[in-house]
Amino acid sequence: MMDDIQLIQTIERYLEGKMQPEEKAFFELQRKNVPEIDQMVVEHSMFSHQMEDFAANQRLKHNLHEVHNKLIQEGTIGESIQQNTKAKIVLLWNKYRKVTAIAAVVSGAMALAISGLVSFFAPTNKQAIQQLGQEVEKLKQGQRYQGNKINEVVSKMPVNADVRGGGTGFLIDGKGYLITNAHILKDAAFANVYNNGKEYKTKLVYIDVTKDLAVLKIDDKDFTPFKSLPYAITKHSIELGEEIFTLGYPKNEIVYNAGYLSAKTGYAGDTLSCQIQLSANPGNSGGPLLNKKGEVVGVISTKERQADGVTFAITSKYIYSLIDDIKKLDTSYQRIKLPAYSSIKNTDRVNQIKQIEDCVYMIKAYN
Amino acid sequence: MKSEVNEQALLKGLAENDKKAIEVIYKDNFNIIQNYILNNNGSYDDARDIFQEAMIALYEKAQTESFVLTCKINTYIYSVCKRLWLKRLHQIDKYHNQIDGFEETIQVEEDLEIHEKRNMDFAMMERAMNSLGEPCRSLIESFYIKKVNMQDLAKQFGYTNADNAKTQKYKCLVRLKKLFFAQYNIGE
Repeated sequence: MMDDIQLIQTIERYLEGKMQPEEKAFFELQRKNVPEIDQMVVEHSMFSHQMEDFAANQRLKHNLHEVHNKLIQEGTIGESIQQNTKAKIVLLWNKYRKVTAIAAVVSGAMALAISGLVSFFAPTNKQAIQQLGQEVEKLKQGQRYQGNKINEVVSKMPVNADVRGGGTGFLIDGKGYLITNAHILKDAAFANVYNNGKEYKTKLVYIDVTKDLAVLKIDDKDFTPFKSLPYAITKHSIELGEEIFTLGYPKNEIVYNAGYLSAKTGYAGDTLSCQIQLSANPGNSGGPLLNKKGEVVGVISTKERQADGVTFAITSKYIYSLIDDIKKLDTSYQRIKLPAYSSIKNTDRVNQIKQIEDCVYMIKAYN
Repeated sequence: MKSEVNEQALLKGLAENDKKAIEVIYKDNFNIIQNYILNNNGSYDDARDIFQEAMIALYEKAQTESFVLTCKINTYIYSVCKRLWLKRLHQIDKYHNQIDGFEETIQVEEDLEIHEKRNMDFAMMERAMNSLGEPCRSLIESFYIKKVNMQDLAKQFGYTNADNAKTQKYKCLVRLKKLFFAQYNIGE
């Protein structure tokens, strides 16, 4: 053992260039004559390099961890980074597309007539089903209230515009893409969205009256994109009895409601939608339906008149197929990316809502 | 936008394991990577692991003598993270073909092959260290990684003088070498 150690020390001095010329010459001669020594030198040299690199790697990892922890403490990076985006207003259909299958007339800032088509999407018995879009009268009442609250509204509202209807919408991509019900936009020329007292203009990206879904893009310099959304949009179907909740705008402020899945198909066996036991009011239409993990499982859609508490929702896999359709038709939307990860799955309901509510907007449609 | 000079200085700092440089690069890039990972089926821990792995790859690249910066630091980090994450997703079979983000990336395959080879070497050293037992392991760690000098090492470990500590360190080193090279023999 002692000899081994002495040999290693000698080899180290040799490799580090610390030998006197005569000693070095002698050692090199030994190396030449004794293959075992030569082998040890090679081995030790290799080992030393490995050790040096390994040590440097460990020191780097150590520093990376320290920096990571420091930045987390400072709040520069974090596990709940969320840009606090406040929504704003106004609207939009300044752009309408051939894919929309909507007859459009645009002049100046306006008008798209889609009314006739909307009736197609209603599942069946129109009398039995009430679209949850807020009724115009109610909205008009509310407008005075909003007017006081929101100074910008005046500038963002198109002149001479009449409110056609309203409902709820929510972000499906932090860049400002919102999903809502197509029927909310019935007869509308453009739509504005509201969140936290701010109003934002939007443009229509796509509308599919058979699915009763529409995608709007917030098109407003006051909008700050979200880096990521707190909820995921899941492709999985929900189970009977699964607990669900929604946020929406049945009135001029955001309202929370909870319930459970009561049937896997919607009105009269419609497979596109599902039935939920949850008291939704007009205005909840277009709102997100979430499970307790904070995953969007559907979009609130219509309400059966007779049975109170019975609500229907379009299942979220149709959001995916809608986005696929959009990407096929227009390559400029390739970058739309639905959130696949819920960062709120382990938080309690109150905190889930706090994070979700920034992403849920009141929609007002004008013509 | 960072000037090229600034980027060179940062890389130099990183190559020297300078904490300030690490912090600047971290601040500029971590949140973007974290969002990317989270949006693609990953967790916060995944984000940290992947990002730090990319930092290590960049560090290794910055240390080679022939190193030239052919792209921005952030482009390099995004490219490496994307590559590493795709690979990880494939491994755990979670890849659904809907990965998105970082359109502007560069080819990093070769760099990552070298990086992986190094990781394997490090893993061998780590296994050898772990089978070493105490106090050898701590002794070697303090000397080679923390660069504690012999005097302090003797004090820290309770040897009566630096020479004894040194002898002990060599004994440990002999054993470590055997453990390390034994892995080559079993075809590791």
